[in-house]
Amino acid sequence: MSFLRAENLTKTYGRGEAAASALAGVSFTIAQGEFVAIMGPSGSGKSTLLSVLGALNTPDQGGYFVDDLDIYALSQDQRADFRREYLGFVFQSFNLVPYLSLAENVMLPLAIKKMSRAQRWELAGEALARVGLAGKERRLPSQVSGGEQERAAVARALVNQPPILLADEPTGNLDQATSRQIMDLLIRLGSEGMTIIMVTHSPECAAYAGRLLSMRDGSLAGSDPQAAAALAACAAAAAGSA
Amino acid sequence: MTLKDIALLNLRRRKAKAAFVLAGLMIGVATMVALMSLAQTLTEEINHKLEKYGANILITPRSDQLQLNYGGLSLGGFSFETTEIKQADLGAIKDIKNAANVAAVGPMVLGKVTVKERAVLLAGVDWDSAQVLKPWWKIAGQRPGPQEIVPGAEAARLLGLGPGDRVSLAGRELTVSGVLAPTGSQDDQLLFASLAAAQELLHKPGLVSMVEVAALCKDCPVEDMVAQISKALPGAKVMAIQSVVKGRMQTLAHFRSFSLGVSLLVALLGGLVVLVTMMGSVKERTGEIGIFRAIGFRQGQVMRVVLTESFMLSLAAGLLGYLLGLLAGELALPLFSEGHGGHIIWDPALAGAAVLLAVAAGVVASLYPAWLASRLDPHEALRAL
Ligand SMILES: Nc1ncnc2c1ncn2[C@@H]1O[C@H](COP(=O)(O)OP(=O)(O)OP(=O)(O)O)[C@@H](O)[C@H]1O
Ligand SMILES: [Mg+2]
Repeated sequence: MSFLRAENLTKTYGRGEAAASALAGVSFTIAQGEFVAIMGPSGSGKSTLLSVLGALNTPDQGGYFVDDLDIYALSQDQRADFRREYLGFVFQSFNLVPYLSLAENVMLPLAIKKMSRAQRWELAGEALARVGLAGKERRLPSQVSGGEQERAAVARALVNQPPILLADEPTGNLDQATSRQIMDLLIRLGSEGMTIIMVTHSPECAAYAGRLLSMRDGSLAGSDPQAAAALAACAAAAAGSA
Repeated sequence: MTLKDIALLNLRRRKAKAAFVLAGLMIGVATMVALMSLAQTLTEEINHKLEKYGANILITPRSDQLQLNYGGLSLGGFSFETTEIKQADLGAIKDIKNAANVAAVGPMVLGKVTVKERAVLLAGVDWDSAQVLKPWWKIAGQRPGPQEIVPGAEAARLLGLGPGDRVSLAGRELTVSGVLAPTGSQDDQLLFASLAAAQELLHKPGLVSMVEVAALCKDCPVEDMVAQISKALPGAKVMAIQSVVKGRMQTLAHFRSFSLGVSLLVALLGGLVVLVTMMGSVKERTGEIGIFRAIGFRQGQVMRVVLTESFMLSLAAGLLGYLLGLLAGELALPLFSEGHGGHIIWDPALAGAAVLLAVAAGVVASLYPAWLASRLDPHEALRAL
């Protein structure tokens, strides 16, 4: 059964000579609880696809449905509400609000929900503990390492317990050990029923996913033998190290 | 954490920017408060002086004939022998409800006399009350005694009179004790004597032709005083000298509109500071706004964060600016005021207006930046990260 459905999505940035086609007719379905990795060369449209799936970027053509809800037929406010209720985001670069502590950053999605102050602190504390940041709640982003910032961003994405997690290169700026921690966390979230869509350049990370979408020039490449082979090798390595 | 907390935390952790906006608005409010309270205090002072000096109520005999008009009087016109007020009746003014507000009562007797074959108006005046009623009167010489007169400047010129001259009037020999310096008013045309002497010369013992009253009307409208005096003197006609009252009002209005104009200008400048700073702040926070939107903040909620910030800032600026302005006014008061040891008047209406104006300027100036922030395309905003 399809939970998430993309139908012939196209997106072109700019006009005339400057026009750049980022998505050229992308279709797929994703079932609830799937862990999907998106790979592809730089500029192939991965981030664009993710922002469309995140209800942040209106496609030129095509449809995007979640639970049979036509997302881009919704009003601005309804789309904001959809993001609040359905989505957790981890962005390509560190994306914490600099003047808020880690706990306050994690609490951001709760700021627009009705709940008590104590409840917000409790949920934020739990989420931070899950990513191994217990005790660093009151630090500012500038007072922790890059890996810790990225983990705080993951904590913020999951504090709401959203059904869908969208991650754009969550390990792009991290060392191998920290990357592995993050991936293990995502695997656990996936096993709890969260639908995860992750863009990555690292075959090792993609190996954690249950399914791979390869992008090239704004389209999904049916099957990329080279990529598939690399993936298989990595999966074997990952299994060996586990 | 709520939207309000986000705004507060941003202010707390970006102190320099917040301080800049705060200072801009605060200086604006302080300038306004200092100006307004100075104007108010000085106005009050001037008002007090105006009321203390100069007649503002005129009591004349009730008459069926043409109205007696001292200001526009023409010699050889109607006679003054019609009706007069009994001097003894004037004691009743001391018993009116607002008697304490009466600064001076100046009875005056008027009559035509002939000096050197010219007709002149002789006025008997109570010289003590004249000091209050006509503080601008200056006599070159002495006040007139029982056998003396003081001509107005014009009368002295036309009649060729100077201090020490002797003049015959109504069959008496009188001495000129001094000459009234030019006043630019009808007074220049008259001859003045003491009230008692004039009454005798004019054969009007115990009678007065008109009474000028100076009333301090700080807490009672002049109309109330008029009504009270009318009741005390049923045989007389009592009226407020409108031109005096209107003149005062005009002075006050000028003061007020000047400080109001400057205040609005300053508020506008304060608003501009807020506008520019908030515009910069929104630009700087583009990535952050993208995060808010991605997390599910509605456009209205993003706007609320920005507006809450400027609301809190401008509220603080209003309160602090008010206090600062009072202090500045207090310090500046001695430079403008002659009355030493005066104090700025504390006016709750001004306090409210200052805070309200600060908040209005701050919030209105932030509306556009807040709107811009809320309209940012979330996808584009996130690329700023
Ligand atoms: N806002 C934009 N305006 C103009 N062009 C854009 C915009 N965003 C993306 N593009 C272009 O669209 C294409 C796809 O960009 P996108 O960011 O989706 O690629 P990507 O696969 O995420 O690349 P990377 O791996 O480097 O992050 C690129 O050619 C890019 O230059
Ligand atoms: Mg990208």
